[in-house]
Amino acid sequence: MDIDLSMVNWARAQFAFTAMYHWIFVPLTLGLSFLCAFFESIYVRTGNKEWLNLTKFWMTLFGINFAIGVATGIILEFQFGTNWSNYSWIVGDIFGAPLAIEGIFAFFLEATFFAVMFFGWNRVSKKFHLFSTWMVAVGSNLSAIWILVANGWMQNPVGMLFNPETARFEMHNFAEVVFNPVAVSKFVHTSSSGFLFASLFVLTISSWFLIKGRHLQMAKRSIIVASVFGLLASSYVAFTGDEAAYEVAQKQPMKLAAIEGLYKGETRAPIVAAGILNPSKQPGDDQDPFLVEVKIPWALSLLANRSLDSFVPGIDDLVYGNKEQGIESVASKIAKGKKAINDLAEFKQARKENNNQKAELALAQFKKNQDYIGYGYLDKPEEAVPPIAIPYYSFHIMVALGTFFPLLFAAFLFYSLKGTIAEKKWLLPLGLISGLLGLIAQESGWVVAEVGRQPWAIYGLLPVKISTTNLAAVNVQITFFMFFAVFTLLLAAEIKIMLKQISIGPKEEL
Amino acid sequence: MISNLDYATLQQLWWIICSIVGALFLFLTFVQGGQTLLWQVAKTELEKSLVVTSLGRKWEMPFTTLVLFGGALFASFPKFYATSFGGAYWVWMLILFSFIIQAVSYEYRKKPDNVLGSTVYELFLFINGSVGVLLIGAAVGTFYTGSNFTLDLYNKVTWDYTLLGINLRGLEAAFSLFNLSLGIFLVFNARVLGTLYLLNSIDLSSTPDLESRLRKCTLRNFLIALPFLLYVLISILFMKGFSVDDAGIVSLVSYKYLSTLLALPHLLIMLLAGVLLVVYGVFTASFKGSDKGSDKGIWFSGFGTVFVGLVVLMLPAFNNTAFYPSKLDLPSSLTIYNASSSMYTLTVMTYVAIGIPIVLGYVIYVWKLMDSKKLTKDEVTNEESY
Repeated sequence: MDIDLSMVNWARAQFAFTAMYHWIFVPLTLGLSFLCAFFESIYVRTGNKEWLNLTKFWMTLFGINFAIGVATGIILEFQFGTNWSNYSWIVGDIFGAPLAIEGIFAFFLEATFFAVMFFGWNRVSKKFHLFSTWMVAVGSNLSAIWILVANGWMQNPVGMLFNPETARFEMHNFAEVVFNPVAVSKFVHTSSSGFLFASLFVLTISSWFLIKGRHLQMAKRSIIVASVFGLLASSYVAFTGDEAAYEVAQKQPMKLAAIEGLYKGETRAPIVAAGILNPSKQPGDDQDPFLVEVKIPWALSLLANRSLDSFVPGIDDLVYGNKEQGIESVASKIAKGKKAINDLAEFKQARKENNNQKAELALAQFKKNQDYIGYGYLDKPEEAVPPIAIPYYSFHIMVALGTFFPLLFAAFLFYSLKGTIAEKKWLLPLGLISGLLGLIAQESGWVVAEVGRQPWAIYGLLPVKISTTNLAAVNVQITFFMFFAVFTLLLAAEIKIMLKQISIGPKEEL
Repeated sequence: MISNLDYATLQQLWWIICSIVGALFLFLTFVQGGQTLLWQVAKTELEKSLVVTSLGRKWEMPFTTLVLFGGALFASFPKFYATSFGGAYWVWMLILFSFIIQAVSYEYRKKPDNVLGSTVYELFLFINGSVGVLLIGAAVGTFYTGSNFTLDLYNKVTWDYTLLGINLRGLEAAFSLFNLSLGIFLVFNARVLGTLYLLNSIDLSSTPDLESRLRKCTLRNFLIALPFLLYVLISILFMKGFSVDDAGIVSLVSYKYLSTLLALPHLLIMLLAGVLLVVYGVFTASFKGSDKGSDKGIWFSGFGTVFVGLVVLMLPAFNNTAFYPSKLDLPSSLTIYNASSSMYTLTVMTYVAIGIPIVLGYVIYVWKLMDSKKLTKDEVTNEESY
C-alpha cells in the first residue's frame, strides 16, 4: 500500500490543531452550564434580583464561549470523512453510532433550550426557564458522554469483530461499546475536569473584580459557588484520574510507559514525580532515560496494577518482548500482521474470482493472525512507540496542576467563608491566573490521551498512517491554513468580546 | 419487533430516516434564506435587529440538523460517508467553512469590540445562506448525475477529475447544469422560506415597510426559483438513471427516475403535493390580506419543501437504483445495500431512533412556547437581542 506520509502528518496536524482549539471552549461549556444552572437556581429560590443579574452575567460569557465551541466542533465530526475516509470506512460501523446518537439526543437538547435560556426570560415561566438552563447543562454533558464513548473505543476497541468479506470492523455488542471501562472513566474524568476548569474561570474573573474593587458582592458570591463546585470537582478529578491511569495501564501499557518515561520494566516500579528526560535516549539503548528525576518508590506498580509487587512493563519490554513476563515482541506481531494482510488479499482476490475453495483456505489462514493485522502496516518495531517527551511532560504538568487546584479552591472557600477574601492580596493574583493554568491542564490531558495513542488510530488495530483519505497533501495543507486563519481570527474576536463584557460587568441593582 | 426486521428493510428504513433528516434541514434553511435577505429587506437598524434576532433564535436548528444528517449517514451508510466526504473533499470543506462562520456571527455581530465589525459578520451570514446552500444543492445533485470516483478492493476511494492539472475533488459538481440548478433552486427556495418565516415571527405593525418588502420578496424569489425547479424536475423525468440489476450490475437506463416515480406512486404524489404546498404558501403571503392568515405561509411552503426534499433524496435510492453513482467506474457506485452498516448496527440504531419522536416532541413544544407571541420592537430594543 502506498502511503503519503506528508499527507498523514498534515492530516494529523489538522486534527490535533482543530481538536485543541475546540478543547479551549468545550470544558468551559461543560462546567459553566452547570454553574449558570446553580446561580439561576439560587435566584429562583431566593427571588433576589442580584442573583438574577449575576446569572445573566455568567450566561452572557457562556453564550460567547458556546458559539465558538459550536463553530469549532462541526469540523471535527466531518473531518473523519474528509481527511480520514479510510478510517471512516473501516470502523464507521462502530464509530458512527455514538456520533449519530450524540446528534439525536444531545445537540437538539442544547440547541432547543439554549434559545429559551437566552431569549425566554419574558416568554416562559421562571421555572421553565430554570428547567431550560438545566437542560442545556445536561445536553452539553450528554454530548460529552457520546463523544467519549467514541474516543474510548479508539483507545480500547471492544464489542466488535473483523469481517473479512467487507474488510472492516463491525459492531457485535453495543453494550460493550457504551460501557467500555475506558469510555466510562474517560467521561467521568473529562466532565469533572470541565467542571473544575469552569470553576477556575469564575475564580479568575471574580478575582479580577476583587483586585479592581468592582462588583464586590457579585464576585464574592460567585467565588463561593465556584469554590464549592471546584473543590468537589477536584476530588472527583483526582479519583477518576487514578481510575483512568489504571485503565491505561491495563489496556494501553505502551502509553503508560511513555507518560512515565519507563524504558525498562520492573516490579515495585516507582513513579517519576518530576524529572527531565534524556533527549538522546532511544528504545533499546543503555542510556539513562532521565537527566534528573525524583521518584516515589513502588507507586507506579500500585497505580498500574493496584499491587505493590506487580511488574510494570517498560518501552523496551513492549517493543522487544520479555519472555519472562510473557510479553510478545513487536517484531513478532509485525510478522504475523504481514501474514494476515497477505492472507486477506488472497481471500479478497479469490472471492473476486469466485474461487470458493481458495477463499476458504485463505480465510482460515487469515483468522490465525487477524488480531495482528494492524501491526502488519508498521515498518519497524520502534514505530510502535509514541513520541515520549510530549505525553511525558504533558502528563506531569497535568498532574502537578491537578494537585494545586484543590488547594486553591480550599483557600478561596476558607477565606470567603471567613469574609476576608477581598483582603488576601497574595491569593487573588493566583486566582487571576488560575483560569489559564486550568486551560493548560485541560490541553495537557488531551495531549496525553491522543499523542500517547500514537501510532494507532484504533489502539493495536489500525495505524493512523493507513486511516487517511487518498488525497494529495496540498489539499490538507490549504485547509490547515484556512482553519488556522479562521479559528485564530475567531479566537481573537472571542477574547476581545469576552474582555469587553467582563469590563462592562454585571448589572448592579440600585 | 425491530429485531425481526430483515437487512434490506433496515437499509431502506435508514435511508428514509436520513432522507427525513435531510428534508427537514431543507425546511430549516429558512434561516439561511433569511440571512441572505438581511441587506435587502432591512433598511434601518431596528429592522435589521428584528430580522437577525428572529433568525438568531432558530439558527442552531438547521446547524444541528445538518450535523445530525452527517452523523446519521456516518452511522448507517459509512461507505457513502467515507467516499463522498473523502472524495468530494472541497465541496464538503467549503460547506463546512460556511457553517463555521455562521455559528459565531449571531452572537458576535452586535457585541462591542467584536474585531471584525458587524458588516463582516453579516457577510458571513450571507455566504452561509448563499454559497453554503448552493453547494449542498450541487452535492445532492450528484446523486443523479454521478461523481468521478473509483473504489478499490478495500473500498479506498480515488477521485479523478482534473482541470489544468488540478484534481478538483468534487468542485466539478458545479459544472453540471443540473447540479447547479438544484443548488440555485435551494438558495431561492430558502429565501422564499426566509421571508415567510419572518412574516410569521415578527410583529410587523410598527415596521410596515419591512412587511411590504418581505411580501414582495416572497413572490419575486419564488418566480426566480421556479424555472430552476422546473428544469430539475423535467430533467429527472427524462434523464438516464443508474440502475442496478439483481446481480448487482450497475448500468445507465433511460427514464429510470420516471419509471421509479410510476413504480412508487406515493413519491409522485408527495412531489406534486409538495410543489402545490410551496406554491400555496407563497400565494398566502403575496395575495392574501394580513388578517386572513397571510403569515402562515411558512408552514405550507415549509412542509411542501419537506415533501419535495424527501422525493429528491429517496428517488435516486429506491427501485434498484445507485444513489451515489460513479461516472468513472459503474461497479464502484453505491447503493443503499452495498454502502450500509452491518445489520447489527442498523438494528441498534433503529432502537435508538425510537427516541426521535420524543426529541421532535420537545422541539415542537418549545418552538410553540417561544413563538406564541411575535417578536416586537420593544423586545429587540429593551431585552436580549442579536
